[in-house]
Amino acid sequence: MNGAIEPIVGRYVHVDIGGEMHRIYFEESGAGIPLVCLHTAGADGRQWRHLLADEEFTKNFRIIAFDMPWHGKSNPPASWDGSEYQLTTARYTETIRAFCRTLKMDKPVVMGCSIGGRIVLNLAIDHADEFRALIGLEAADFQAPWYDTAWLNRPDVHGGEICAALVSGLIAPQSPDASRTETLWAYKQGGPGVFKGDLYFYRVDGDLRGRVARIDTKVCPLFLLTGEYDFSCTPEDTKRTAAAIGGASVTIMEQLGHFPMSENPEQFRRYISPVLGEILKQSTQT
Amino acid sequence: MSSASDVTDAAIVQAFAAIPALLDRAPALIARGRLLDCECLLGPINHPFHVTIRAGRIVDLTPAPVLMRSWRFSYRASTVAWAEHWRAPPRPGFHDLLALTKRGEAMLEGDLHPFMAHLQYFKELLALPRHDFVGSGS
Repeated sequence: MNGAIEPIVGRYVHVDIGGEMHRIYFEESGAGIPLVCLHTAGADGRQWRHLLADEEFTKNFRIIAFDMPWHGKSNPPASWDGSEYQLTTARYTETIRAFCRTLKMDKPVVMGCSIGGRIVLNLAIDHADEFRALIGLEAADFQAPWYDTAWLNRPDVHGGEICAALVSGLIAPQSPDASRTETLWAYKQGGPGVFKGDLYFYRVDGDLRGRVARIDTKVCPLFLLTGEYDFSCTPEDTKRTAAAIGGASVTIMEQLGHFPMSENPEQFRRYISPVLGEILKQSTQT
Repeated sequence: MSSASDVTDAAIVQAFAAIPALLDRAPALIARGRLLDCECLLGPINHPFHVTIRAGRIVDLTPAPVLMRSWRFSYRASTVAWAEHWRAPPRPGFHDLLALTKRGEAMLEGDLHPFMAHLQYFKELLALPRHDFVGSGS
């Protein structure tokens, strides 16, 4: 509708990460239980805009999506000298914890997708008592590589085009064209080498095989949801991961791929609604 | 389309032969490939085609082998893979060229630069038969 203003508000917060101040952009909407949303590799928080605009969810949740440094409207830190960007498990974990701490959130829920789903598992392993619940979308302790990331950042291949073209196959064929295009647009806009640098965490540094069995879902409930068309983090990858974790909830989402919240928001809503309902129920009981 | 396992190599070969005409009716895809000139080998594993692309158009498509003809890269997939890829909608795991290579149903060989630099073009080019393919052998 012409003139409609969405309820989402965007602001910047200065966050000390690893001893250096970072200017972090975040968007939020709603009130209640803090729900922090983590975007996929090489993208930004816009992926969550439909969730943030959901009147039903924002009645009970303060939904917050921030752009990781180097992504979206969160610039690299002032000290960056142009050297190769590489996200590590330790750096990613510290960034999320610092953001939550700086905004003084009381036991937030964290929901991450793809690399965000992987780091959610690491939060569950090492920092479960800081969170009310953890939700991993397209999450697994490890997944087999299916292309050489060297193609993502080289002068003779257009970075935006190759990043978008590679991930385009991870979107379910049933997803609406406009949502598919919007999802890929973020990949076309990413900074040079940023997607590749995020995948350093995914492919090299963040292998959690053998560690996820330490997750105690009695301390912090864990929900894993994976789209049936995701051939990067396959449903089998997620099921294998969950099999090692007592009490983890697993859902395979039909007609969805690697970007459920942005590639087909209506279809994703059918799956995330009962999860948020369960978290709300558990929160009101305690 | 009936079961993909019923589809014959001949049906896949026939569908490939129709791709240049389908491309001619897809001006946006031709525009996407406007800077692409390439010789490549595409098709079923045992019956691929030499494909010559100029400014995004297929100007020649000839069944291999052709004596001493060169190609930059090759993308070949099993008969079942092509039949599944051209279902509407395709099943999970058969819906993308790199999903097919990951599951071992397709092979990508040679100098990959033209393929990767024009990846979306080749994905869309090789999906063109999707809505016309009825290649059951039965």
